[in-house]
Amino acid sequence: MSTATTTAPAPTADLPAAKHQPGILPGFRLSLGISLFALSLLVLLPTAAMVGDAASLGLGGLWRVASSPRVIGAFRVSLICALLAALTCAVFGLLIAWVLVRTRFPGRRIADAMVDLPFALPTSVAGIALSTLYAPNGWLGGLLAPLGIHVAFTVVGIYVALTFVGLPFVVRSVQPVLQDLEAEQDEAAMMLGADRLQTFSRVIFPAILPSLCAGFAMAFARGLGEYGSVIFISSNRPLVSEIVPLLIVTKLEQFDFAGAAAIGTLMLLLSFCVLLAITLLQRLGQLPRRG
Amino acid sequence: MVHHAPLNRRRALLLGASAAAVTALAKPASAAARSTLLNVSYDPTREFYAEYDAAFARMRKTQTGDDVSVNVSNGGSGAQARAVISGLQADVVTLGLAYDIDAIAKAGLLSPDWAKRLPDNSTPFTSTIVFLVRAGNPKHIKDWPDLIRGDVQIVTANPKTSGGARWSFLAAYGAALAASGGNSAKAQDYVKAFYKNVPVLDAGARGATLSFTKRGIGDVLVSWENEAHLAIAQGGKNYEIVSPGSSILAEPPVAVVDQIVDSRKTRKLAEAYLQNLYTPASQEIGARHFYRPRDPDVAKRFAGQFSPLTLFTIETFGGWQAAQKRFFSDGGVFDQVYGG
Repeated sequence: MSTATTTAPAPTADLPAAKHQPGILPGFRLSLGISLFALSLLVLLPTAAMVGDAASLGLGGLWRVASSPRVIGAFRVSLICALLAALTCAVFGLLIAWVLVRTRFPGRRIADAMVDLPFALPTSVAGIALSTLYAPNGWLGGLLAPLGIHVAFTVVGIYVALTFVGLPFVVRSVQPVLQDLEAEQDEAAMMLGADRLQTFSRVIFPAILPSLCAGFAMAFARGLGEYGSVIFISSNRPLVSEIVPLLIVTKLEQFDFAGAAAIGTLMLLLSFCVLLAITLLQRLGQLPRRG
Repeated sequence: MVHHAPLNRRRALLLGASAAAVTALAKPASAAARSTLLNVSYDPTREFYAEYDAAFARMRKTQTGDDVSVNVSNGGSGAQARAVISGLQADVVTLGLAYDIDAIAKAGLLSPDWAKRLPDNSTPFTSTIVFLVRAGNPKHIKDWPDLIRGDVQIVTANPKTSGGARWSFLAAYGAALAASGGNSAKAQDYVKAFYKNVPVLDAGARGATLSFTKRGIGDVLVSWENEAHLAIAQGGKNYEIVSPGSSILAEPPVAVVDQIVDSRKTRKLAEAYLQNLYTPASQEIGARHFYRPRDPDVAKRFAGQFSPLTLFTIETFGGWQAAQKRFFSDGGVFDQVYGG
């Protein structure tokens, strides 16, 4: 984005040529066709089927599901925990990305590989590991319990699990952008008299903000839908620590497919709104700099 | 050596090919049939069916000469029923409660009167709900009323997501109902106080056992009898079983899935597989895995490991369909307990 000014004259020069060129990669039409087909088969069709199931309830039925105290309670727990977890991921993910890109220390590559661990680990395994660690008789939980801090089997446990699964999203979306930001830029800023804080807040931060937002949004959306790691560390009590995905499983156990689909559709809408809001925010943030 | 290697390999290939040809030719002559069955079951039966299936295959081999292999799929009872409804090719289902097989029947995969086809409501073994407490029973938990004391924490699974936990809920409710002389308001107060003492509501029965044994949560685990015995078998002297004065007769049923055995032509084998569960030898395998046998002789021999209880059945609540609707559907008694 910050390189836009340097490449600004290029598009006009390329434009006529682009019309005749078949494209850099061969088989554009075929690959687009295959991608669209795969996308509809894997994403659009199942989503449509779910919304279709939910629609069988009608608007009144949807409202009845959405307005029940347990559903509202679960949405509150899921939303607050996912939001706090995504914020934490944004702060620490940025920090981790920064350390990994800008510093050299022994074991950096190992640390870099470890960031992906939450991606690779089955989430239920993560949940069992976390609850072993944070249970009142666990390593960390045993230290925290005398201080009156209870993590496992409380809402705090859900927050910890969601932070765990969300962290790599932020690190992996910020890292490449940070890598592309050349050190010359902060050197130039410093030469022009900016102090470290100014360099960060005026030069570096605006450049990585879009990717940070994207990472935040992904961590948040993931947190909303996370099931495996949470059910092991949460106490799963209705109105207290019950998450939305657990309610979906609850409905399915009662063979209430439409009810489950209704809650799923609500989650889908919510995630979509969050992603849309963040995209709009990113746009707003970029507009003044373009002009 | 270098020259010999390819030659050896070629010879090995030839030998392999001829051996394959010989077995392919010999097969129709020697073995009458090679068939497989899929048994879709619920979680705690894993160890039992591993032993039973091997015994069944051995028996078929000696009796008919057929090679039978049984595949088992384990999971939460409700989730397993859903998988069968969505197309999992289960020849037989062996689930945690009749309600789940009813759901498969409702989907049209088997006849609604499935429970009458085999003896004892198509339930070859029974179980019940007992308490598992920490060694020495430090909180002096003896019976259901002790569980609602202020100083007791209970670990049990969520009846909305676990079949075993539904049996636990009904055991608690039914015991309170009997104690109050059939007063359902008092029974409901009891279960309300009961769930107030539950700090962790695990999604499944195995998860609840883990919370109690591995995480050290709670003073008492309310769970399947065989699950409690399994915890003791693994945890040594850390726990002991307390049998309440009365509890529910849990009947995990079995059924052949009509539509699937007819399309796979496995009906005879599937029926034999389930009927064989009732033989004394099989009843003994079940008893060794802590399922209460139906066979009176086997039951007598294993009487030592099952404490005598007053057991009431699901019919106390009018059967599974009625119980499910009244207690566990949305807005039912369980939801009222949590104010949801």
